[in-house]
Amino acid sequence: MSILVIAEQSGGVLRKSTLCAVSCARELATVLGVDWHLAVSGHNVSGVATELAGYGASTIRVADDASLSEYLAMPYAAAAATIAKEVGAKWVLCSSSTIGKDLMPRVAVRLDAGLASDVVSVAGADGGVQLVRPLWAGNVMATVDVLTEVKCLTVRTSDFDAAAATGGESALSASEGAVAAAQASGAKMRFVRLDATGGARPDLNEADRIISGGRGLKSEENFHILDELADSIGAAIGASRAAVDAGYAPNDYQIGQTGKSVAPDLYIAVAISGAIQHLAGMKNSKVIVAINKDPEAPIFQVADYGLVADAFQAVPELAEAFRQVRAG
Amino acid sequence: MKILVAAKRVTDPDATIRLKADLSGIELDGLEYKVNPFDENAIEAALQLQTSQGGEVIVVSIGPDEVQTTIRTGLAMGADRGILVTGSDEHLDGDLVARIFAALWRREDPDVFLLGKQCIDGDSNQVGQLLAEYLDLPQACFASEIEIIDGGTTARVSREVDGGIEVIDVTLPAVITADLRLNEPRYASLPGIMKAKRKTIDRVSIDELGVTPDQKVKTILYNKPGDRQAGIMVESVTELVDKLQNEARVL
Repeated sequence: MSILVIAEQSGGVLRKSTLCAVSCARELATVLGVDWHLAVSGHNVSGVATELAGYGASTIRVADDASLSEYLAMPYAAAAATIAKEVGAKWVLCSSSTIGKDLMPRVAVRLDAGLASDVVSVAGADGGVQLVRPLWAGNVMATVDVLTEVKCLTVRTSDFDAAAATGGESALSASEGAVAAAQASGAKMRFVRLDATGGARPDLNEADRIISGGRGLKSEENFHILDELADSIGAAIGASRAAVDAGYAPNDYQIGQTGKSVAPDLYIAVAISGAIQHLAGMKNSKVIVAINKDPEAPIFQVADYGLVADAFQAVPELAEAFRQVRAG
Repeated sequence: MKILVAAKRVTDPDATIRLKADLSGIELDGLEYKVNPFDENAIEAALQLQTSQGGEVIVVSIGPDEVQTTIRTGLAMGADRGILVTGSDEHLDGDLVARIFAALWRREDPDVFLLGKQCIDGDSNQVGQLLAEYLDLPQACFASEIEIIDGGTTARVSREVDGGIEVIDVTLPAVITADLRLNEPRYASLPGIMKAKRKTIDRVSIDELGVTPDQKVKTILYNKPGDRQAGIMVESVTELVDKLQNEARVL
């Protein structure tokens, strides 16, 4: 019996969400008393495999081939499932990033496995493992049982800290079987392009600090008042669904039930009322600040610090104050 | 172009969810059912594809007789007919739903199967992907734009992914799951609602489809999440910064 973590990379760069899945795998390995392994798929990804070699996996299996040069569900599922069989994995994990969500159901079918999505904890119980995952936008936490011999999980990154390197050297080996499986999956899916939102700010999934804006900002132009505040403390920028739907912010800024789940050290919600769907994606943040001109806004019920104020006054003032603090 | 589109009934997304006293499930008394919001996006996308490509839109769902109401919502929006897979919808996991949909696919042989990317009750985000793998078909999940190209043989789909919008081409037939920004679902018109009453809803049981009704993932306990306590109100930006620096120590 063993555990396999499906690593994620893009363009030969490791995605940090992988390290959250590694944390979960380490916990599971301790509970079950078994080894854990890593699978790396892509093209020219030896750097990613080498980088991961210091995290304590017994082995790292690598599928490196031109058919895997861009992420596509079919060849990646074929490669991952093949490696899972090669290492005899009974537990297969990936983070619940958009890649993990897209990929893992297909891997599960190939392994005749059940898949628990967005798992937030893997505690040992009665000789087994108790899996917990959110339902109804996190209003219910369900204990679930995966009844199949092989069990697949996606792991919610906001509930597992990124693993630190522990030293040591995992054994690296190439999986020809995974490459063959990827090639055999055909060419029914083709990558065209990625229009990256990008920029100089940290990735939302990886940021220690997040400034998030809501519909109260009233326009795309106004939404940019958050730029200065974010840059004053090196924060990423997020948004409520209402702000994204209104076109004030790009789609991948969305935090909440149907967007991203985040848990930074500091989350500052600006002009966000705090619908349950939004809270579902941010209430694990360590410190929550809410700035809203409506004293009755539900966001104040989850905030550590609430400030009733007009965002257009408070935000520039706060940015200036943060700059002064940082300047010492 | 023949399009199958899924419509699941879910509890009202804006309702407060309460647990049963024995934690065996949620309290359904007084809760209204609505069509899963993402499925409404999928239905709208199906109808738009029908407008540009011609063909037929078939709304499918699973559950007891009452689920006909869910299908009628899609028919009132403009879909041509419905299929109700009869049975309880209380013991379904994503895998079983996907196997049922795969069986429907084999009966209907469509060009596209459209679904919402996730249901707002179970929040699993699996069924489209599972269905695609069971049928060895390409998938385009979390779609924010769908364009049919290459003489109707390919769908070019923009997908909402971490870090931006990814564009992929998938050879048809294919499975596509809808994200919220794909479109603005239309409201059913009164004539649409009247017409929907005369449209056909075929019924078929899970058993007749030859699907084994077992689950791979089972929920054994429902709990409330730990509540986060409200903190304090501050009076000014200066006080806020002081608290963040000296009390919370996050600056």
